[in-house]
Amino acid sequence: MKSHYQLAIVGAGPAGMAAAAAAAECGATSVVFDEQPAPGGQIYRAVETPAAVDRAILGVDYWRGAELAKTLRDCGVDYVPGATVWQVSPTREIGVTVDGTAMLITADQVIVATGALERPFPVPGWTLPSVMTAGSAQVLLKSAALAADGAVFAGTGPLLYLVAWQYVQAGVAVKAVLDTTPISNYFRATRHLAGALRAPQYLMKGIRLLRGIKKAGVPLIRGVRDLRMRGDDAVSAVEYRRGHDWQRIEADQVFLHQGVVPNVNLSYSIGCRHTWNEAQLCWQATTDSWGESTVEGVAIAGDGAGINGALAAEYQGRIAALGALYRLGTIDADERARRAAPARAALAAERRIRPFLETLYRPPKYFRVPPDDQTVVCRCEEVDVAAIRKAVAVGCVGPNQLKSFSRCGMGPCQGRLCGLTVSELIADFTDLPVSEIGYYRLRPPIKPLLLAELAELQTPAASDR
Amino acid sequence: MVRTADAVVIGGGIHGCSCALHLARRGISVVVVEKDHVGRHASGVNAGGVRRLGRALPEIPLSVAAMGLWHNIAELVDDDCQFVPSGQVRVAENGEEARGLEERASLLRDAGFNHEVVIGREELRDLLPAVSPHCVGGMVVVDDGHANPYRTTMAFKRKAESLGVRVLEQVRVLRIAKRQGTWRVDTSTDPLDVPVLINCAGAWGDSVAVMLGEPVPMQAYAPMLMITARMPFFVKPVVGAQGRTLSLKQFANGTVLIGGGVRGNAVRTTNTASLEFGGLSVNARTAAQILPTMRGARIVRCWAGIEGYMPDGIPVIGPGRQEGVFHAFGFSAHGFQLGPIVGSIIADLVTTGATAHPIGPFRIDRFDSPPQRQRDALT
Ligand SMILES: Cc1cc2nc3c(=O)[nH]c(=O)nc-3n(C[C@H](O)[C@H](O)[C@H](O)COP(=O)(O)OP(=O)(O)OC[C@H]3O[C@@H](n4cnc5c(N)ncnc54)[C@H](O)[C@@H]3O)c2cc1C
Repeated sequence: MKSHYQLAIVGAGPAGMAAAAAAAECGATSVVFDEQPAPGGQIYRAVETPAAVDRAILGVDYWRGAELAKTLRDCGVDYVPGATVWQVSPTREIGVTVDGTAMLITADQVIVATGALERPFPVPGWTLPSVMTAGSAQVLLKSAALAADGAVFAGTGPLLYLVAWQYVQAGVAVKAVLDTTPISNYFRATRHLAGALRAPQYLMKGIRLLRGIKKAGVPLIRGVRDLRMRGDDAVSAVEYRRGHDWQRIEADQVFLHQGVVPNVNLSYSIGCRHTWNEAQLCWQATTDSWGESTVEGVAIAGDGAGINGALAAEYQGRIAALGALYRLGTIDADERARRAAPARAALAAERRIRPFLETLYRPPKYFRVPPDDQTVVCRCEEVDVAAIRKAVAVGCVGPNQLKSFSRCGMGPCQGRLCGLTVSELIADFTDLPVSEIGYYRLRPPIKPLLLAELAELQTPAASDR
Repeated sequence: MVRTADAVVIGGGIHGCSCALHLARRGISVVVVEKDHVGRHASGVNAGGVRRLGRALPEIPLSVAAMGLWHNIAELVDDDCQFVPSGQVRVAENGEEARGLEERASLLRDAGFNHEVVIGREELRDLLPAVSPHCVGGMVVVDDGHANPYRTTMAFKRKAESLGVRVLEQVRVLRIAKRQGTWRVDTSTDPLDVPVLINCAGAWGDSVAVMLGEPVPMQAYAPMLMITARMPFFVKPVVGAQGRTLSLKQFANGTVLIGGGVRGNAVRTTNTASLEFGGLSVNARTAAQILPTMRGARIVRCWAGIEGYMPDGIPVIGPGRQEGVFHAFGFSAHGFQLGPIVGSIIADLVTTGATAHPIGPFRIDRFDSPPQRQRDALT
């Protein structure tokens, strides 16, 4: 590892891996940092080690990831696994911890490819132990085959069905899938069917997943409108309602999911401007056509700049890298355009399905803005809806003031698990658009840092340049 | 529409809100004008240290008077401000530093103050069981402590409002001019006409002073803080160090706040206070060396606030050169504790033209070169 790079890429998912490959083709000194022990990101996690679960179970998409990972290993960029990036400054000073050593390095260009997070799903009891996300269910399955029989999956969105299907394929019994997709979404989505049919592979995949789940005899309960987790020390049952009456399913493991949203912690902490995406109901960094954010020399690629999926992320990673290479002076405008052309065309094709998916899997307001006063919003500091309502009533006008009023968002997760709910709740209470409410002002370190590591921080002056 | 009032306070920090509160108590009608929101800057994000320990001599009388108010803060603002009289201690790491503390204590005794008490190795260990073995002694002020800065500032604001003060947020003072004996204050919304004008603009205090023709050599910096995840309770008093920059305290919820004045960069035009991790690293090392338990702490957040520093490290407090102008700014990273008393001093000056508190050292014209001062005296 060097103390200075022309290009630093944060994240080794599809966007980061593709960016690294593009940079290597043009010969810029580059580094890729990723927290995980191996490349792949969320979607292609542990893609190089098929031991845990047979690749076939994880689906054909997996092969694509394996190829990207191989290129990353072979293309000559410095790939640093197990590297936690806890700050990127607006002047592109990067704070990263590797093997317990924290250091500062610098880069001329930075690509933030930190992907997506699962949207918070604040329902009564969602903080009980053994209530997890579908994403963590997938981690259990992919990395160590720790998945246990008898879980209930609840929510909406492709990832929920995919993981439930993967469980079924791996021979892990699933007790039920509770689908919270509002029935009205199906009607609304038909409007975008034409676009979706131009990318039929996604529709087919969805149908195949649901068919697979049903064929395995897993009850698939649609139109779930109310959801709550029950249990004392840990979850013991899920209760749900479709019409009038509550139904109950005993379960000691529940996976919740209602879509993914950009992971904006790093981009916010750098100071990039963000906007509210009403179609996707999330904050996303504002970028130009080369992925560059409003902070010079900092680009955002992949789901961090709006959810478009793994393939799109790959194309965006490539485009962002070409933009960075141009700004570095490594390639000229013509070469940039020429090299980006295939990726741009592929990206446009990839995006055709989005309006359909966004409409179909748009989580309803009652699952985003919890109607129940006792529902916990901030898990770290245990702040509930009532406390936020009270703060707003006495004049709190935004998420940052809410921190001071109630400590909401001030715990170790830095708002990852409550930020969106808070923006939308305050908007609801004040009757203002979410875009005017804003988000938490985030500061580094965006990942917890041990004091001992900071105390022994290696600065560029100290290490070899 | 032109608004009027007896006085306008520029700045909605602890000092602006305290001035407004004390003036309102004396029957003066006040408008506070704040360009962002109340408590957005230093007053809402500071370390909450409420200390007399280690203050510059000229500040001590004010600081002692403020402490009296802190111990009964609820009487003033109807809120306890989460003030905790935890005590503050300054650790000496070697004999030379210990001698420095002795000298300081005798200096204070000569000046008539005895709140700072020197302690030896054993007493230090009793007070701070977690202290590193190399520390040889310290200096204690037993009833110093800390409070919640945002909550305090908001309590001053609310109390002031309950006494009739109007607080205008997201309104910026742009220009000030004298017109037929009153001050015309142009803002980003409606102008104000007032006979009395109080500059509590914190790190922007110099720019307001410039509007009044009184430039001062103030600098803005961004002192930095870091806070840890919850830890088992291990330290009661606020801990500082005699030879190094440190201020460390553990809150009731177990989190530990570390600061003490290491500085990041402030850009006042954009309200940005950026962190400088090299400085934070030094701060972390100091904390770990004095309290080794801290090595395992998880830092979950760092931040910085914008603060105005005067070259001599003490604020500007007192009348301006023109009639009806008063200043209270440039608190140089230790103004939170003084908040309750400075408002009362300014209210004295506004209502009676004098105050019993010794504010001579804080005169705004102390930075003038001697000839300039003479010219002022002649005109
Ligand atoms: C990180 C940090 C830690 C600190 N720790 C401590 C501590 O432990 N103990 C202690 O005693 N002190 C501490 N301090 C210092 C203390 O916070 C400040 O001295 C004090 O809060 C200053 O208060 P103020 O009201 O003068 O300024 P501020 O709180 O900055 O308020 C001034 C206000 O004026 C407004 N303003 C400026 N220009 C205009 C304009 N033209 N029009 C309208 N409004 C305007 C600003 O927006 C601002 O809100 C610390 C400071 C920082 C930054």
